[in-house]
Amino acid sequence: MSQTSSNSRKKSPLRKAPIVVIAAFLLLWLIGGATGEPGRVLEQAVQVCLSCIGIG
Amino acid sequence: METVRKWVQVIMGFLMNGSWSFPFTRTIYQGPLKVICAPGLNCYSCPAATTYCPMGSLQQLLGGLRFALENGQYYFGFSVLGSIGILGGLFGRMICGWACPFGFIQELLHKIPTRKFGVPRLLSHGKFVFLFLFVIVLPLALVDESGIGSPWYCKFVCPAGTLEAGIPMLLLQPNLRNTIGLLFLNKFVIMLIFLTWAIFASRPFCRTACPLGAFYALFSRVRLIKLRLDEARCTNCKACHHVCPMGVKFNESPDDPECITCLACMNKACKFDAISLEIGGIPLAVPDRGISLSSKP
Ligand code: SF4
Ligand code: SF4
Repeated sequence: MSQTSSNSRKKSPLRKAPIVVIAAFLLLWLIGGATGEPGRVLEQAVQVCLSCIGIG
Repeated sequence: METVRKWVQVIMGFLMNGSWSFPFTRTIYQGPLKVICAPGLNCYSCPAATTYCPMGSLQQLLGGLRFALENGQYYFGFSVLGSIGILGGLFGRMICGWACPFGFIQELLHKIPTRKFGVPRLLSHGKFVFLFLFVIVLPLALVDESGIGSPWYCKFVCPAGTLEAGIPMLLLQPNLRNTIGLLFLNKFVIMLIFLTWAIFASRPFCRTACPLGAFYALFSRVRLIKLRLDEARCTNCKACHHVCPMGVKFNESPDDPECITCLACMNKACKFDAISLEIGGIPLAVPDRGISLSSKP
């Protein structure tokens, strides 16, 4: 019936998978930041995106 | 708890759309806050938008990747993926239930009293196709003569862009109206279909066509905050099936990629305390017994 294996409320093991996933994406975010990508994102975000409006 | 969720939705909507000078400037906000990633689907060409849309930015970066690489710039979209990946790892689709303005708009439309219908489960695969094809593959693969790809999802599909940016910008800048053509008509019809559908079915866009919802759905098993089923307490009464706005049968699929952690099943349905909220495996909350069964939608 259920897909979870550790469902007993008494047993509450700390799940490590989310920490690993968050750490991996934090690393990705830092790498993106180091390449100067946020500057490019900002440049694009402050311009009106004609595609978003539906005319570009 | 439902009231708290509504207030969080309102506050998040205002945080992502906090610039109200557009009636005077007649254009979008262009300040430094736009380096911050919006957690939900919120068009960055909305005149009030104070953050960038992760799906829009990702398409722009991937579309411009060849050009960027030729110029020695390694803009692979890592900062955008990193931002939504961190959010996904923390909250998964709880973002959809608590922090996405377009999800909130659909919830409000669904309150209009009419006969209500379900959404065929098969259609839920559509959003993964949009994410993979329209957000990643097509902007990367189909480029013009200068090596630039189009933001396919923004250009041909996104109803949030039409509603939050297209219509307001056409009202603010009359000169843009001369450029309206088939592209706009296509997007306008798509927007009308989803907004009308949202009156009759719960969150049809989120369930079938949102690429950001699809991305967050990938974290359903590994997100930090999630619901947990206590099998020993579950009587298989199926009450949780009837309250879910996303068509999830919680006791059969506790890590369902569609679950937006609205907590309706926990607070409004389960009488046996079989559903609880946890952070990283540690129980966070017991069901909110302050909400009675009679408050079911
Ligand atoms: S599925 Fe998309 S539109 Fe719906 S709530 Fe999630 S991010 Fe927002
Ligand atoms: S399974 Fe429960 S928490 Fe998840 S969307 Fe459905 S009612 Fe909301």
